[in-house]
Amino acid sequence: MLLIPCPWCGRRDESEFACGGEAHIARPADPDAVSDAEWADYLFMRTNPKGAHRERWVHVHGCGRWFNVARHTVTHDISAAYKVGEKPPGDAS
Amino acid sequence: MAKGAYSIFSLVRNALRYHEGWPRAWRSPEPQPAYDVIIVGGGGHGLATAYYLAKEHGVSNVAVLEKGWLGGGNTGRNTTIIRSNYLWDESAAIYDKSLRLYEGLSRELNFNLMVSQRGVINLAHNLHDMRELARRVAAIKLNGIDSEILAPADIKAMVPILNVSPEARYPVLGASLQRRGGTARHDAVAWGLARAADARGVDIIQNCEVTGISREGGKVTGVETTRGSIKAPKVGVVVAGHASVLAAMAGLRLPIDSYPLQALVSEPLKPVIDSVVMSGAVHVYVSQSDKGELVMGASIDNYNSYAQRGSPHVIENMLGATVELFPIFSRLSMMRQWGGIVDVCPDASPIVSKTPVDGLYFNCGWGTGGFKATPGSGFAFAHTIAEDRPHPLNAPFSLERFTTGALIDEHGAAAVGH
Amino acid sequence: MREQSHRLAEGGRIDRATPLRFTFNGRRYGGFAGDTLASALLANGVSVVGRGVKYHRPRGIFSAGSEEPNAVVQLETGAHTLANARATRVELYDGLVATSVNCWPSAEYDFAAALGLLSPLLPAGFYYKTFKWPASLWMTYEAVIRRAAGLGRAPDGPDPDRYDKINVHCDVLVVGGGPAGLAAALAAGRTGARVILADEQNEMGGALLDGHDEIDGAPAQDWTAEAAARLDAMDEVRCLPRTTVFGYYHHNFLAALERVTDHLGPQDAGVLPRQRLWRIRARKVILATGAIERPPVFAGNDRPGIMLAHAARTYVNRYAARPGRRAVLFTNNDGAYRAALDLRAADVEVAAIVDTRPEPTGDLPAEAESADIELIAGHAVVATHGRKRLSAIEVMALGDGGGQVSGEARRIPCDLLAVSGGWNPTAHLFSQSGGRLRFDATGACLVPAVAAQATRPAGAGNGTFALDGCLAEGWAAGAAAAAEVGSRARGRAAKAPGATVTPEEPPGDYGVVPAPGHPEGGPKHFVDLQNDVTAADIALAAREGYGSVEHLKRYTTLGMGTDQGKTANVAGLAILARLGGTDVAGTGHTTFRPPYTPVTFGALAGRDVGALSDAARRTPMHHWHERAGARFEDVGQWKRPWYYRHPGEDMAGAVERECLAARNTLGIMDATTLGKIDIQGPDAAELLDRVYTNAWSKLEVGRCRYSLMLGEDGMVMDDGVTARLGRHHYLMTTTTGNAARVLAWLEEWLQTEWPELRVYVASVTEQWATITLCGPNARRLLAEFTGDVDLGTQAFPFMAWRAATVGGIAARLFRVSFTGELSFEINVPARYGLGLWTAFMNAGEKYGITPLGTEAMHVLRAEKGYIIVGQETDGTVTPADLGMDWIVSSKKDFIGRRSLGRTDTARPGRKQLVGLETEDAALVLPEGAHLVENPGQEPPVPTIGHVTSSYHSANLGRSIALALVKGGRGRMGEAVHVALEGGAARAVIRDPVFFDVQGSRLHG
Repeated sequence: MLLIPCPWCGRRDESEFACGGEAHIARPADPDAVSDAEWADYLFMRTNPKGAHRERWVHVHGCGRWFNVARHTVTHDISAAYKVGEKPPGDAS
Repeated sequence: MAKGAYSIFSLVRNALRYHEGWPRAWRSPEPQPAYDVIIVGGGGHGLATAYYLAKEHGVSNVAVLEKGWLGGGNTGRNTTIIRSNYLWDESAAIYDKSLRLYEGLSRELNFNLMVSQRGVINLAHNLHDMRELARRVAAIKLNGIDSEILAPADIKAMVPILNVSPEARYPVLGASLQRRGGTARHDAVAWGLARAADARGVDIIQNCEVTGISREGGKVTGVETTRGSIKAPKVGVVVAGHASVLAAMAGLRLPIDSYPLQALVSEPLKPVIDSVVMSGAVHVYVSQSDKGELVMGASIDNYNSYAQRGSPHVIENMLGATVELFPIFSRLSMMRQWGGIVDVCPDASPIVSKTPVDGLYFNCGWGTGGFKATPGSGFAFAHTIAEDRPHPLNAPFSLERFTTGALIDEHGAAAVGH
Repeated sequence: MREQSHRLAEGGRIDRATPLRFTFNGRRYGGFAGDTLASALLANGVSVVGRGVKYHRPRGIFSAGSEEPNAVVQLETGAHTLANARATRVELYDGLVATSVNCWPSAEYDFAAALGLLSPLLPAGFYYKTFKWPASLWMTYEAVIRRAAGLGRAPDGPDPDRYDKINVHCDVLVVGGGPAGLAAALAAGRTGARVILADEQNEMGGALLDGHDEIDGAPAQDWTAEAAARLDAMDEVRCLPRTTVFGYYHHNFLAALERVTDHLGPQDAGVLPRQRLWRIRARKVILATGAIERPPVFAGNDRPGIMLAHAARTYVNRYAARPGRRAVLFTNNDGAYRAALDLRAADVEVAAIVDTRPEPTGDLPAEAESADIELIAGHAVVATHGRKRLSAIEVMALGDGGGQVSGEARRIPCDLLAVSGGWNPTAHLFSQSGGRLRFDATGACLVPAVAAQATRPAGAGNGTFALDGCLAEGWAAGAAAAAEVGSRARGRAAKAPGATVTPEEPPGDYGVVPAPGHPEGGPKHFVDLQNDVTAADIALAAREGYGSVEHLKRYTTLGMGTDQGKTANVAGLAILARLGGTDVAGTGHTTFRPPYTPVTFGALAGRDVGALSDAARRTPMHHWHERAGARFEDVGQWKRPWYYRHPGEDMAGAVERECLAARNTLGIMDATTLGKIDIQGPDAAELLDRVYTNAWSKLEVGRCRYSLMLGEDGMVMDDGVTARLGRHHYLMTTTTGNAARVLAWLEEWLQTEWPELRVYVASVTEQWATITLCGPNARRLLAEFTGDVDLGTQAFPFMAWRAATVGGIAARLFRVSFTGELSFEINVPARYGLGLWTAFMNAGEKYGITPLGTEAMHVLRAEKGYIIVGQETDGTVTPADLGMDWIVSSKKDFIGRRSLGRTDTARPGRKQLVGLETEDAALVLPEGAHLVENPGQEPPVPTIGHVTSSYHSANLGRSIALALVKGGRGRMGEAVHVALEGGAARAVIRDPVFFDVQGSRLHG
């Protein structure tokens, strides 16, 4: 039972949330401009790393907000939680 | 009979010698510098691939590299169910090939896999379930696979402890039954295949972790391991749970997420349930092992994880539904709980495919359904590697389908919430 | 009831003023309050409590705690029964009934003991090597194996008890109420920190309850009572006896099982649950879990009368029960000498102490010698005798560094052999938390090394076995944990409790005790008593290559019993290590998995069973439907009327009546369950443009539009009608089952991808009751209820909506239709739903107003060729597949559009929605039946599609069906075969609209 730090509500049990998978996958601005393979990459291909992962969570049984979490997929250590639109911590770009 | 063959006679003979004469079930060789084929992953699928490479294709200069111990991944962590009651023709073909191989495998391998065809029952709880069930059963039968529909009274006769009261929160309206479905002893599948592959000359190397995939000009040349470089023109990767990690070593991305899947067993009991009972609507599957333990699976924890542990609330939810279906389970106890890591594809179907890298093949994405597919998957993957083209059984399960859109959507197939 | 033959005259923590009666294996016995079932059995001289699972040898009580491998019993009968209760953990209550498990006809005389003769044929994994031929017989063999396997029996009825769950947060969770745990709780508690102290026993004190220690100069049991009282007096401290913390999960989440009323026996529990599941989120955890004594592995070590040394001590000290009359102690360490001394003090004759160490020189051995107990050093027990009770042992001198025995065997008569091979810290929870263990060569045990969470092991659970160390370590851990959560002690400084302890010499070697003769041919050296795993089994596994610790466990079943190998695992590892010429640090260990001890399924399920297993949602008109004879169907969580059965009617009759009424006069339907999403904001239309397939910007206020919603993969996900209520205000309807999913979908896109859109969405499903009137008389009836809106077709056309007063209630009227009839959906605030429904029913009587269930609705819509998402679609169907290209805009982007152009998705010849007309008009095809080209073909028969909907249509006087068929729209008029049980039916492919193709009724 993870303890998820919702940026709006604070730390709550995992069972209040749903995970939305990998974060920072942008929908192509012009879908017609991308090839089928690029579209498939957006739709289906995932990094699925063993280690640091940036992912989306939504506080379903709480404030209802989506936000991002940086979590280690082996230890489950959560190094950051940040709002949609915010840059991930440590991301200089 | 060959030295070391298993039978009641060899058992008696060895008993007279205090069982000191039994040979190793498989050798423990040092890795050679090069092989014709390297299989990464010493689980059931990898061992089956090596076995069928040797048996069907005469390719025995093969190494199976396992980072830990044989069968230590999902092969040793599943709920041991075998069945082939799949909706789509493509799935039915490969899963039923697998089930047919299972049916003869104990004798073929000279190792009792305890294949126990005690029937798999899938419950329907509402009209929508019933409609889907009718469609599925009809499709399965057209594929020549046994399947039938049970009315609540038939189900009650087979599983007397099931609550079929119309007053239940999710009443049992009917079920499908595959009599040829059942269970097999999961560890024995790995051991039996390892022993048979070894006997055909395959080198099975445990405690050998692959750390890199070597390539030259778009072609694979071998692997880097914790025990040195090993060369091979062909590398087949079969590492349930870690497919994305190995893919990243070759610069590939896969349509896969890895999730924890939890299972548990009760304390051992005298027989109370003969068949395997599954309920997709409430995410429960139950069978009773030959040791008397009730074996149950839950739905996946819905976040990416490489930790073989899950969250207790998933188990709690599952048990709420289970106790509702089987009221007498309430006073029984959970004895052991564990987790595996499953690779899940967007369409809940596997990838058994060539890749953009020549000589590199991937077999992954079996999700919660890998154990039952073990021999069929190995059979098809061996063909793919040996011939450098897919067998008709696995041609539909290519990586390209995610580009073309020709997905094989089996979300209804497992009693698991994806 | 007979005399308690082995009860000491005085002492113990039992209440002699409260005698209790109980029955074991059909015989009646007496005991006292404070006994466990095990201590009461020992007090009555009962030696055989069960049989081994494989060889069915007699077994006796082996321990005094959760680690018990042998004394597994069936407690109570019928629906109250517990299958595998450990007698050592069952508190005695009056009237208790228990029986041994897995033996027949009794534990004393078990026919299956004949299996012992076959034991040479049953080494580890024997079943993998045989039973393969003939194939047809495996299931027969297996049936025999299954009957022989398993321990206890499941109850024969539903659980009469109730279970609760509690969620708590605390600053410091202390697991274990022994000296370390009590000290930790005191140190943390005095700072005012929120502390939970949980212990599996019925009272705090842990091992202090079993001995004669002193703390701060006073008897330890007095100190314990005082400590418990002080903790009770602290406001922020909660003590939980009878509570086993069984699982340590992520982020310091732990689960514990409290046995609330188990110790009272089966009864009407009243307000109290049987057990309670504690779900604890702790900021800091202190694991003061103690240690478990481990047995030496020697020949014939499984006879009744052989018992862990500390357990023997516990039985005489704590329970005043004599586990034997003439005892021998077999040990490799000093600590166990205490057992000999205490047994002696309890008038048990101690015949000898056999110590494997050549020259035990510690204070305790000296004390034993000065008490005139014979010390046989450098010797080992090499054989045991006695059938149902130990009668004698044989000892021989150890040589060759402990690897061989030599000399004459000396026979010592005794009925109790107390054994000790040292102690294993109870590191289960530490390991479960992700912490790493290390092998301590001195103690030959695994101890916590590197923590992975905010946790501290303390005391014996940390490998600190001496009492003074336990107290100091516990105190320090409690103080540090409290400080880390910012809680500081007030008032005068306190110091840790202290104790003076007798120093102990290091324990001797731990492993298999040699015996004369062939190492694998002589009497069995049992490692795992519950699963009957022997040292020879481990040797065989290693020989055959099952040498990794996980293979060993799985091949031999070592440690996989209900005791989870608490007394067996380390011994097994030590044996394996020695065979490989290494130690346990080299072999590693298997994973410690939850739960520490078995946990009741009912407790994990809690109250989420029966009616509470999932919320059932009911509309405001639900009770009316019930009274009207409705049969309900589950749609998502909703209960929807399926059809209304009149007396003497069957389902077909009811549906036919309802369908005819809707087409010929007037139907009324409860459509409340359809999802309703209120969408407001300047960018509302833009949102709809992006999530729906068609264009929304031109829809006028007062109008409605039907649309499809796709997943990003281009597949149909939902459909429904959305109305423009105002300039920036829309009301979206969804299918019943998808309401929550669609709302979540909109939120997800709005929040994550399109935060710039100024629009809000909210579910209003529960706020409105929706009543649909449909049929030729719908307008007439509605007109009687409303005066402020013109219902005429010009003023209020199809796909328009109007605000109106209906029966005095402010309502929204939507002229939409799912039946193809003239139809109005009336939305009123939910609390008026039943009133308006009733009024419609009364006023509509003259038109023969007829409530419609979902089945009739489905028939009516199928007559019109309207799809149901989830029935005509299955997640693989595009709008084009449904023949609904007309609803897909080519002028804008929307979710899923790009996917429609992929090669397979745009491929001609995909499965397409068509109508089917059977040659036999009376034949209603089964839904889910498949269409095939050649029904006579041998399998596999390729399918070309399947029937998605199929009904008898009373209005058309024949059957109708919808189907998805490969290339279906290009095959109009073609005959196809529908595969059926025992044959095939012929049907013709046709347009899916069967009724009122022009739609004149709809627009009328």
